[in-house]
Amino acid sequence: MAKKKEGWKELPIGAIIVEPGSSRKFKTGDWREGKKPVVDKDKCTNCLFCWISCPDSAIIVKDGEMKGFNLDYCKGCGICFTQCPVNAIEMVDEEKE
Amino acid sequence: MKVAAKTANEAMAEAMRQINPDVVAAYPITPSTEIVQIFSQFVADGLVDTEFVPVESEHSAASACTAAAAAGARVMTATASQGLALMNEVLFVTAGLRLPMVICEIARTLSAPINIHCDHSDTMDQRDTGWMQFYAEDSQEAYDLVIQAVKITEEAFLPAMVSADAFILSHSLQRIEMLDDKDVQNFIGEHKTPFSILDTDKPITVGPLDLQDYYFEHKRSEAQAMRDAGKVIEKVFSDFGKKFGRKYNLIEEYKMKDAKRAIVLMGSTAGTAKEVVDTLRADGEKVGLVKVFAFRPWPTEEVNQALKNAEYIGVMDRAEGMSGFGAPLFTEIRSSLYDENKNPDIYGYVYGLGGRDTTPGDIKKVFDDLKKVENGKKLDRNNYLGVRE
Amino acid sequence: MAKDLIEIRWHGRGGQGAKTAALLFGEAAIDTGMYIQAFPEYGPERTGAPVSAFNRLSKKPIRLHSGVDSPAIVLVLDPSLLNTVDVLEGLGKGGILIVNTPDSPGDIRKKLSVDPGIEVYTLDASKIAMDTIGLNKPNTPMLGALAKVSDILDYKKMLKSIEHKLKIKFRGKPEEIVTKNMEAIKTAHEKTKGEG
Repeated sequence: MAKKKEGWKELPIGAIIVEPGSSRKFKTGDWREGKKPVVDKDKCTNCLFCWISCPDSAIIVKDGEMKGFNLDYCKGCGICFTQCPVNAIEMVDEEKE
Repeated sequence: MKVAAKTANEAMAEAMRQINPDVVAAYPITPSTEIVQIFSQFVADGLVDTEFVPVESEHSAASACTAAAAAGARVMTATASQGLALMNEVLFVTAGLRLPMVICEIARTLSAPINIHCDHSDTMDQRDTGWMQFYAEDSQEAYDLVIQAVKITEEAFLPAMVSADAFILSHSLQRIEMLDDKDVQNFIGEHKTPFSILDTDKPITVGPLDLQDYYFEHKRSEAQAMRDAGKVIEKVFSDFGKKFGRKYNLIEEYKMKDAKRAIVLMGSTAGTAKEVVDTLRADGEKVGLVKVFAFRPWPTEEVNQALKNAEYIGVMDRAEGMSGFGAPLFTEIRSSLYDENKNPDIYGYVYGLGGRDTTPGDIKKVFDDLKKVENGKKLDRNNYLGVRE
Repeated sequence: MAKDLIEIRWHGRGGQGAKTAALLFGEAAIDTGMYIQAFPEYGPERTGAPVSAFNRLSKKPIRLHSGVDSPAIVLVLDPSLLNTVDVLEGLGKGGILIVNTPDSPGDIRKKLSVDPGIEVYTLDASKIAMDTIGLNKPNTPMLGALAKVSDILDYKKMLKSIEHKLKIKFRGKPEEIVTKNMEAIKTAHEKTKGEG
């Protein structure tokens, strides 16, 4: 990540960001402070409340099914854990894995 | 081309009709209300294709216009005084996002005490926003400058306000020469924008958080745009002059060639001052006038060139500035001339606050004062013209 | 100042149309190729409050943007103003005073102690307006008086221009409003009296 930052002449005018989806480059997974979410798929009903609530779009969904977490972006905030209506999500210590 | 009788309000509204902007969001305020009122009639009559948004405040007017500009629209609005002051927060955003936009501005003083008449306090209050500023001497200039400002703002990637003096111009009927609608359209051309928030093929993000690591670079780039804007303005002025025969410059020099004593000012009082210069010239006095059209970007080179032979200069400000020292135009002029080898004697005069009439006699007094200085008399560095002691 | 510059001051009360008269006269002058200014003095405008409006006219471009302080012609749309406003202020030798009043020019001269160098004219513009338009709107009759006592504009050209402007102003209203106003101007032109 030790990239040389652009000088003022090289930047797009007006502080606009011209590259779509560039926030993907900003991996926020390392913000987690020791806890990460895990899902018990036996309990999960695929209601996707977690997917709607996640502020980092870190819930992986395929064909309408909740498939787990993208830990590159999950900040460990636990919103999915509090929102899950069937208590299928737990926040666990990362070290214990 | 047709000759018409128009107040500056009417002239600016007609210019807006001919420009046919994509979006106008506006809120009325004395004395610029007529601009919006007349323009909204054009909208109602189907003479323009503009999306007209009657918003609930000037803050909203500036916000709606700025957002529409970010979407690639050609946008305009009109305001004055407190209205412009209420826009202040958003004006920094328009300029910081480097969006083109034109405000038809009527120069009215700011409260308190409450007063609806002319001075330049409102625009001087906005001089650090990153907006270009042009000051008209009469209806004709207000009309011509608004049309040219559209092209300037789109090529300089900075917004612009064109200011005409409250009542003295906004409500004074004068003879103007209007261009044909199609000539205006051909001159301003189609608005092309490199980026638009509505372009789904080329998505962009506008207005992201910009912290310690990038904000300064973006401001540096904005500052450069203002430094470079003079060239853009000159190019547009030159194109306009070639096409329509009315050539503008960043400043206007009036009988400055051999002028030993000079007055510098902006706006409608320039006309009155020209009459005084002519009268004094007829008596053999070497006097002249520099009228500043573009206060932002500040035309340092042009001002210095125009004043290079002047030894005694009176700078007339229609705003106090409340600096405890000199008013805005005075400090710019004095600072510009500091780097020159010659060291002219420069005095400041605050005049015409709250619409106080500025007569030929008042202007003559400034020239007389400068003559007294030439003859060895001492004069305060900063003075007030036409105020009761 | 430029000698060929003519300045006119209109005195009226809010609602009598002093500003409109100044605008109409200015526009008519533009139609004859002149340069003009027409502007009201703005204050706290209220119906009935004393107001004034101004014209500047010249064959050359007008650059002055200061107030009018030495008019060549003063028109008074309401006789009651003679008691409250100094209508003669700045009016010098060779000047013209036109007053809407049933009184004679001689009476007005005596009442205001008008300088002998100033010409005085009167007409009952309110009566003319009532007889023609049906409302006390003395502004258009005063235009007829102005055309009679000054040679700034060609009378016929002025009539044509004002008729055109009134048609635009009263667009969508019965056409007789324009005809009646034109009649008021013409009657006033006939009935304006000077001294002697």
